[in-house]
This record gives sequence, structure tokens and C-alpha cells, in this order.
Amino acid sequence: MSHEHRRTPFSVVTAVAAPLNQANIDTDQIIPGRFLSLPREDMKPHLFRDVRYYDNGAPRPDFVLNRPEYKGAEIIVAARNFACGSSREMAVTVLKDNGFKAFIAPSFGDIFFNNCYQNGVLPVVLPEARVSEILRFLLELPGAQITIDLPNQTVRGPDGKIDGFAIDSFRKDCLINGLDEIEMTLAHEKEIAAYEARVAV
Amino acid sequence: MAEISKPRTMFEKIWARHVVVERPDGYSLLYIDRHLIHDGSYFAFQRLKSRGLKLRRPDLSFATPDHYMPTNTRNKADIKDPNAHRMVTSVAVNGRETGITVFDVGDRRNGIVHVVGPEQGLTVPGITLVCGDSHTSTHGALGCLAFGIGQSEVIHVMATQTLWQKKPKAMRITIDGRLGAGVTGKDVILAIIGKIGAAGGTGYVIEYAGSAIRELSIEGRLTLCNMSIEAGGRAGMVAPDDKTYEYLAGRPYAPAGAAWDAALARWRELPTDPGAQFDREVSLDGRDIAPMVTYGTSPEDVVPVTGAVPDPAAAPDAVKREALARSLAYMGLQPGTPISEIAVDRVFIGSCTNSRIEDLRAAASIAKGRKAVVPSWIVPGSGLVKEQAEREGLDRIFKEAGFEWRESGCSMCLGMNGEIGRPEERIASTSNRNFVGRQGKGVRTHLVSPVMAAAAAVTGRFTDVRKLMA
Repeated sequence: MSHEHRRTPFSVVTAVAAPLNQANIDTDQIIPGRFLSLPREDMKPHLFRDVRYYDNGAPRPDFVLNRPEYKGAEIIVAARNFACGSSREMAVTVLKDNGFKAFIAPSFGDIFFNNCYQNGVLPVVLPEARVSEILRFLLELPGAQITIDLPNQTVRGPDGKIDGFAIDSFRKDCLINGLDEIEMTLAHEKEIAAYEARVAV
Repeated sequence: MAEISKPRTMFEKIWARHVVVERPDGYSLLYIDRHLIHDGSYFAFQRLKSRGLKLRRPDLSFATPDHYMPTNTRNKADIKDPNAHRMVTSVAVNGRETGITVFDVGDRRNGIVHVVGPEQGLTVPGITLVCGDSHTSTHGALGCLAFGIGQSEVIHVMATQTLWQKKPKAMRITIDGRLGAGVTGKDVILAIIGKIGAAGGTGYVIEYAGSAIRELSIEGRLTLCNMSIEAGGRAGMVAPDDKTYEYLAGRPYAPAGAAWDAALARWRELPTDPGAQFDREVSLDGRDIAPMVTYGTSPEDVVPVTGAVPDPAAAPDAVKREALARSLAYMGLQPGTPISEIAVDRVFIGSCTNSRIEDLRAAASIAKGRKAVVPSWIVPGSGLVKEQAEREGLDRIFKEAGFEWRESGCSMCLGMNGEIGRPEERIASTSNRNFVGRQGKGVRTHLVSPVMAAAAAVTGRFTDVRKLMA
């Protein structure tokens, strides 16, 4: 297998976590439609564009990511159904390009969840009550850190409490080893060709 | 003795037929029968090329520009934004280079990808169909497994014609009881999302069943399945029946002759077997569903037109309470306001949810002989829908009523190409997402059916369309 397309392996992240205490934050908010035709390198400043800045471009002081305590945050903790809506993969890449490596929520938009794995970032599902607890801690202690340990499948919260989380072994292997799915699949060329011959597609 | 096989759901039957490789950890490599491509896939073609990969099955891939093409023109040279211009024009170029079929701008078959697929007979029962767009769930209305994917997965399908998937759970939503006059597929799906929530279907493929679903036309079912993603579902589907076969017969890419007969025999085996188990069952009574209107910034924020804006104080939990208060502030609404007293500033009838010929006929039946009192757009779903509507004189009805009759495309559904509302403008929209800023910065979107949108256009507020029906 070629190593050319391997990603940076994911292991343990200890970082400041930013609390987005809202349900149903959608991918249109993360990166509005009008920026989707921009090349990836020009998209970075438009993360959460319309909820993060005033019309004149000045940052809204009340938006979490504009607060100095969250400078350098690499984890987002959000309420249920985080990043629902559109399939735009730019919602993941613009977050990644702004330094985010992992997201914790009670549930995620299905396509965003898949897109995370395609880009070497980790979506973690924890029970809603625990996420609410973590959100409260983060709001009370701005700048508090969280540790996500993928090999051991644990999250150490800002309160020091440790929770386990589930992840499919397929996804875990790909993240830890930085594997590229296309390379993996091309190794199954024989089976794909056999399928095509068998069902005559 | 004959072996009695376990009863299976339609989803399980389609899934099982497409497994190429099965891993012990529950992941399967699924074969993809159709890949639909739009102009947003520009970067995917680029990455495919830069990796030196070949598009494996151009014969199973079909493209139509829709997102970045303005709907006031059919001339690509009119696209002012150079990035958008490149995305639209690149579709034909990439089509030529890779050998895929393109329904380009100017071709009457061009239009919104989820309108074009069924219209061309590319979407048929029993297949797996993907597209780099979340509303790919639409196609399940014809009894196939169809879901949206991200750009990396688009490249994966281009290179391998397969996808790694973990088998989702199965949910059945049964709706019995006849729908009342003025109640459409749009109202049914909004009522469902209101009941199960915007994350209610997360992790599931949803099959819609019951007499009210069987009574829906194919176009009504397309609208229903379209918004499965707004309920969080991976896909939505409806069992194929005689309506499905009648809809597909004679379409350009549908099987014909002996192949049609063989396909029909296969398709008739698809519906869920009696006694098959679903992981979750939900039911609604069709007689209880009224024309629906969203009031907030998630599709789950929905009430009947006869209802009122809810009070955040009555919300079941803190997250919901805060979300609702924030939504109402964005929407500029006071708790307790009757929906029928909310004035609208603009109307948009279009999108992959509601831009098909039946949608336009229904809207025209309300517009006929009346006058739009706010700016109102009609954006047909494809060139063929537009032609059909013009043959039937619907364009004249709309124009006489003061509506703007436009070209096909995604348009104001997601605020592309400058086709957006103004800050704080209130729009009655037949699209699928009432998200913050979706139709333009600060724009207040209310999701409704085409007849409800037309009723709002001619009365200037949300009006129970049943009062306007003869």
C-alpha cells in the first residue's frame, strides 16, 4: 500500500474545549453556502461567519470562539445533533483548518459524522446528561481542558471524570493508522470486478 | 421441505444484494449502482485527477449543474463570480474527460439533480444511489437505497464504484388515515419531523408505509423522502407499487422491452415481507395532519397553520428552552402569536423538495385569478418541468398573478448566486431548511407546502390554504 495518501495518525488530544451550548447547529452556520466555491485555503476565516462577526466584520464578543480563553481550542463540545444538514465536507475541513481535532456531542448530523473520519478528525458521542454536565463545567471554567484518548476510547472531562466512548473498530483503525479508504478499497479490486461480473452491472 | 427464510425489510433486501465485501467488524463494502454528480463536485474531480485516479464506471455516473447556475439566465457567461463560473463550466469539461453523461445548462434535461434523476428514469427500484448532496434521500421514493455523501466519499465512489458502510438500523413510519384536502407530502414530512425531532432518525434508514403513503403520488413521495435527512435519517424509502412502475415506464434511462419485464419481476419482490422486524416503529394518523408551518430555525420547530408560536417557558428541557428562545429572537416572533397573523415579505416556490410539475400545478390552482401581494418566485426543478408547465399554461397563470417565472436551479433554497433575501426578511419557502442564514444573512425562513406558499403570496401572511380552495 502506498503511503502517499496517509493522514496524520490520531492518538491522544489534550486541549482547550470550546462549549457550543446549542442543539441542531447546522453546517450552513459552520460555513455558509456563499463561501463554498472558494478554494480551501481561502475558506478558513469564514468559519461560523454569520454568527461570529457583525456585518462590518468586527467579531461579536458574545460568540464563544471570539473569547480569548478559547484561543487555541482544539475540541468543540456541543448539544445534540451537532453539524446537521448539508453534506458539505467543508464544514469539517474549515473546522480542521481552524485547529479543531475532535468534537463531543450527544448526536451528530449523519453525513458530518462520516465526513469527520474521512478527514482524520474524531466525533465522540457521549450521553446527553454527561454532555450537559461537561458544557456546564466549560461555561463555568472558560479555557478548561479535555483529554480524548482514542486508543483507550476515553474522554477525561474538565472535572477530571473519565468516560468511555464507543467507536467502530474499522473507523478507529483508520484514524490511528492514518489509513486512506480509497487505498484500502483498491486492494479489493478483484472482489469488485467479480461483483460486477456476477450481477452484470 | 422448503426452507422458510426470515422475513426481511425492503432495506435489508437491497442492502444484501449490494454487499461486495463484508468485514467481521460490521462494515461492508457496498456496490453503488448510480452516482449522480452536480457542479459542487468540482473539487472532487480535481482531487481525483491530482491523485492520478480514474473514474471507474462513467456509464453509471450522470451529472447536471444546479447549485451554482443562476435562475435568471441560461447563459453561463452571465455568472459573475469567477469561482461559481468555473464550477458550472467544469461539469461539461469533466464530463468529456471522464466519459460521464452530462445534462448541461441549455439542455432541456438540465435541472436540480434530485428532480432530474427520477425524471430521466435513472432512479429505479432496488438500486443503490448516491450523490454528494444531503437531499439524495429524495430518490428512495421510488424504492431504492439513496443517500447523500461528502466529497471524500464522492471521490471514493468515482474511483471504486463502492462505499464502506456500517449497516444502519431500520425504522418504519406508518401513516394510515386519509389526508385531508390541502394536506400534502410536505405537511406529512413536517409533521413527522415535528414528532420525532430533527435527530429522531439519526442512525436509521426510514421506510414510510401505510395507506396515506400509498395514496400519495410519486411526486408527493419524493417530497416526503427528500426531507428524511431533516429528520436525521440516512435515507428514506417507500415500497414500489403500480404507481411507481407507471411513473417509470417509458422514461429515457428506465429499462425497456424485455429488460423492463425482468426488472419489474425483480422490483415486485422488493417490498418488506409481512412480519419483518424494524428496530423502531412510529405511527401517525393522516387525518390529524393539517397544513404545517415552521416557526423556528430547525425543521422540528413546526406547528399546524391553525396553531400558534409556542412559548419557550413551556419547553420540556433547558436545551430546548434556550434553543427556542434564541430561534424566536432570530425569527422576530413573540410566543403565542397565531401563525395566521404572521405577515410574510417574500415567497419562494422551488427546490429539490417542491419544484416538480404537481407542485407547480397545485400552487397555480391557488394563484389563479388572484394577485401576489409580495415578491414571489417560481423556480421549476428542471428544464423539462418548465416546458411541461408552459405547455399547460401554468406560467401564464403565475405571471398574471404577479409571480416571477424563472429558470431551473437550486436558487434561493440555499441562497446561491446572490439569490437571497434581505436581513430580517420573512420568507414563505417550499424548500427544506429554515436554518439561520440559509436563505441569506438574517433571513427568516418558514417552510411550507407549495399551496401554502401560494396562499401566503396572495394574502401576504400565512393563510390556511383550505379557506382558499374552491
